[in-house]
Amino acid sequence: MSEEKKFRWVGTRPIRPDGIDKVTGRANYGADFSLPGMLWGRVLRSPHAHARIVSIHTEKARGLEGVHAVITGDDFPDLFSEKARAKGGHDDMNNLAQNVMARGRVLYHGHALAAVAAVSPAVAARALELIEVEYEPLPHVLDIEAATTPGGPLIHEDRVTQGVEGAGSSNIAKRVQIGHGDPEEGFAEADIVIEREFTTSPVHQGYIEPHACLARTAPDGRTTLWCSSQGHFAMRDYTAGLLGMDLSLLQVIPAEIGGGFGGKTTIYLEPLAVLLSRKAGRPVKMVMSREEVFRASGPVLATRIKLKLGARRDGEFTAGEATLYYEGGAFGGSSVMAGCMTVFAPYAFPHVRSIGYDVMVNKPKGAAYRAPGAPMAAFALETVVDEIAERLEIDPVDLRLRNAAKEGTTASFGPRYRRIGCVETLEALRDHPHYSAPLGPNQGRGVALGFWFNAGLQSSAGVNLNPDGTVTVLSGNPDIGGSRASLAMMAAEEFGIHYDRVEVVVADTHSIGYTDVTGGSRVTFATGMAVINAAADVMRQLRERAAAVWEVDVDQVVWADGEARLEGDNDREPLTLEKLARDAGRTGGPISGRAALTARGVGMGFGAHICDVEVDKETGRVEVVRYTAVQDAGRAIHPSYVEGQMQGGAVQGIGWALNEEYVFDENGKLENPGFLDYRIPVASDVPMIDTVIVEVPNPNHPYGVRGVGEVPIVPPIPAVVNAVHAATGVRYRDLPLSPPRVLKGMATPDAA
Amino acid sequence: MARVVLPQALAERAGGATEHEVPGRSVRALLAALDERFPGLAEALSGKVAVAIDGEIHSDPLLEPVEEDSEVYFLPRVGGG
Repeated sequence: MSEEKKFRWVGTRPIRPDGIDKVTGRANYGADFSLPGMLWGRVLRSPHAHARIVSIHTEKARGLEGVHAVITGDDFPDLFSEKARAKGGHDDMNNLAQNVMARGRVLYHGHALAAVAAVSPAVAARALELIEVEYEPLPHVLDIEAATTPGGPLIHEDRVTQGVEGAGSSNIAKRVQIGHGDPEEGFAEADIVIEREFTTSPVHQGYIEPHACLARTAPDGRTTLWCSSQGHFAMRDYTAGLLGMDLSLLQVIPAEIGGGFGGKTTIYLEPLAVLLSRKAGRPVKMVMSREEVFRASGPVLATRIKLKLGARRDGEFTAGEATLYYEGGAFGGSSVMAGCMTVFAPYAFPHVRSIGYDVMVNKPKGAAYRAPGAPMAAFALETVVDEIAERLEIDPVDLRLRNAAKEGTTASFGPRYRRIGCVETLEALRDHPHYSAPLGPNQGRGVALGFWFNAGLQSSAGVNLNPDGTVTVLSGNPDIGGSRASLAMMAAEEFGIHYDRVEVVVADTHSIGYTDVTGGSRVTFATGMAVINAAADVMRQLRERAAAVWEVDVDQVVWADGEARLEGDNDREPLTLEKLARDAGRTGGPISGRAALTARGVGMGFGAHICDVEVDKETGRVEVVRYTAVQDAGRAIHPSYVEGQMQGGAVQGIGWALNEEYVFDENGKLENPGFLDYRIPVASDVPMIDTVIVEVPNPNHPYGVRGVGEVPIVPPIPAVVNAVHAATGVRYRDLPLSPPRVLKGMATPDAA
Repeated sequence: MARVVLPQALAERAGGATEHEVPGRSVRALLAALDERFPGLAEALSGKVAVAIDGEIHSDPLLEPVEEDSEVYFLPRVGGG
């Protein structure tokens, strides 16, 4: 890409096209769709953390007036079980199938084991009470220690640890290892070595909109599904996959989405609604309650990390070593590999090793949450880095700059970095007035650095030229963070037309080519490239039309500022987009373009945060009084939405650090399944989050875009914890820093 | 020859080593050469990995070109949120 390129729209801040609908309540979210004759679906959930289902009797429920269908695990085709494995079954799909509806055993409190469809929510609820289930409770394991104690209860007796030769049955689903060099050699070269252990509690993404969908199945099997998700193609593929349907028979129509943060990249209700609709012969709508969202959708579960870091007296890191245990829920599948790959990623290490264990526990199946696996790893690394800085009496930002990864550095996860903005991000943080501002009494300041890969994946885009010269862009990605605006801006930039002349539509699975989820911070980067390519396809056709009209070779026609121009000295008036669009029917037919790609050249992202806290030493309450987030965005297409991502990620990270945790009783029942007792930060809990966008362009994107949405949740936890240390003198290593824990730490600093 | 680095978990299936010099000018060619040397390795790598070619990460590529002196890392695929 050219750094000299002058932009008309990129970098400006137009109003987002979906804004008015969303603030006036006109936008349709997952629960907003209804159809004539529609039934209401409800789910029966396990009251045990682990039990064998001896029997389920549904006759009484089916006999209740107003009940039209009841389903259990037996209604699902057996496509992925051990028995079906010989026919090409798949572990992940088997886990997914068992998670949406238990088969034989319930594996966590809240696990779905039956569902009903009835004429009203009240009748459906009554029907659930009439389903008779006999359970045989089984021993459960609720944390990493219990799960990894030899001789303890096994969740799956037939599961052995992947990645360990000759392993026996275990609750450790997988062992992974990455690194290079010899850490022992590196620690021997160090003047200071610090080893610490950290724990984090389960947290939920806390999206405001509960999971919801509406399914309608015709007698011939053709099915339409309306749902809110981070990717309607993923919803289609998972749902059709579990039900053994052809993908072409399931049309998924995307609703607006009220937050996802990774948690809406998988399915829960969708296959149940389709099966119920198929059985009842009527449309079925299902909406989770808030309690169900907490109990039965995918949180990020607990972690335990032991981390060791060695450095010379001058601050140069000589070695890093980490052992990470991540709970994955009853099926495994935690983000521990990403934890291993990101934990040491911000710095250059001659010797580094990460070993990860994916641990099964009787808790809900974990799901993705913004930069999955990275925030907990950053918590461990960045608090130890802070401690090294303190012990060596080196400014914490200088220490980070001394070791920061740059182009050519061998990343801790293997390859050498291409062009990255880690150093520029740290320098911008160091130069920000916040970093040198005075602090008040009982206040402390912390900084932290964070890394995330970002993703490319597959995207499709369509661009239709309308007869009046306006442009309709079709995207296959639900708009979560303002992608309608950013895609429209890129199309307007390419065509050289006004932003208001471009409308972006989130098209359903029948109307646009395959597109991966809105996740991995990828949409503005990857789908943006597809839009740029589709616009180029249209502009090529426009030049061809102009060449035909002028009876010249197409190579003589250029496209600039919204019109076709004939090169060289000539008296031809340029042909505007409007004129070419109006005449399209007479010059060859309607003009539309498309592009589909697997996006190459993803730009990795770094963020650095400064947090000031004030600690009430009588109550232990921590208040964040000032916060600044700095991040390399490559190129900010719409700076307001980049800043919004940075602010949102910071606030979620602050919540993770200070307040949020699942509290389970000894039987595995979640005791705080609501926003009253599971406290996420609200606007009044945090100061205005200041932001600084650093732009080190990604050389592989036409405008230099890097992913943005996930990086900002990586640094907040250690930034907050380091700030609390600065205010109290106590090194806290267990989350969250709730008032009782902070008070206890100040009373007994060595035990914190 | 490209310098190919395999995930630690697959070292056992590749003669105990993670690093290998492998001929080939595309990911597909590298996979074929690896599979000839260590039968079954290509299938173990297929569809489950990302590939970093000279530091640029591709998710599950097949036809991506590889230079004579490229560094090619087969990495675990990492999901996003």
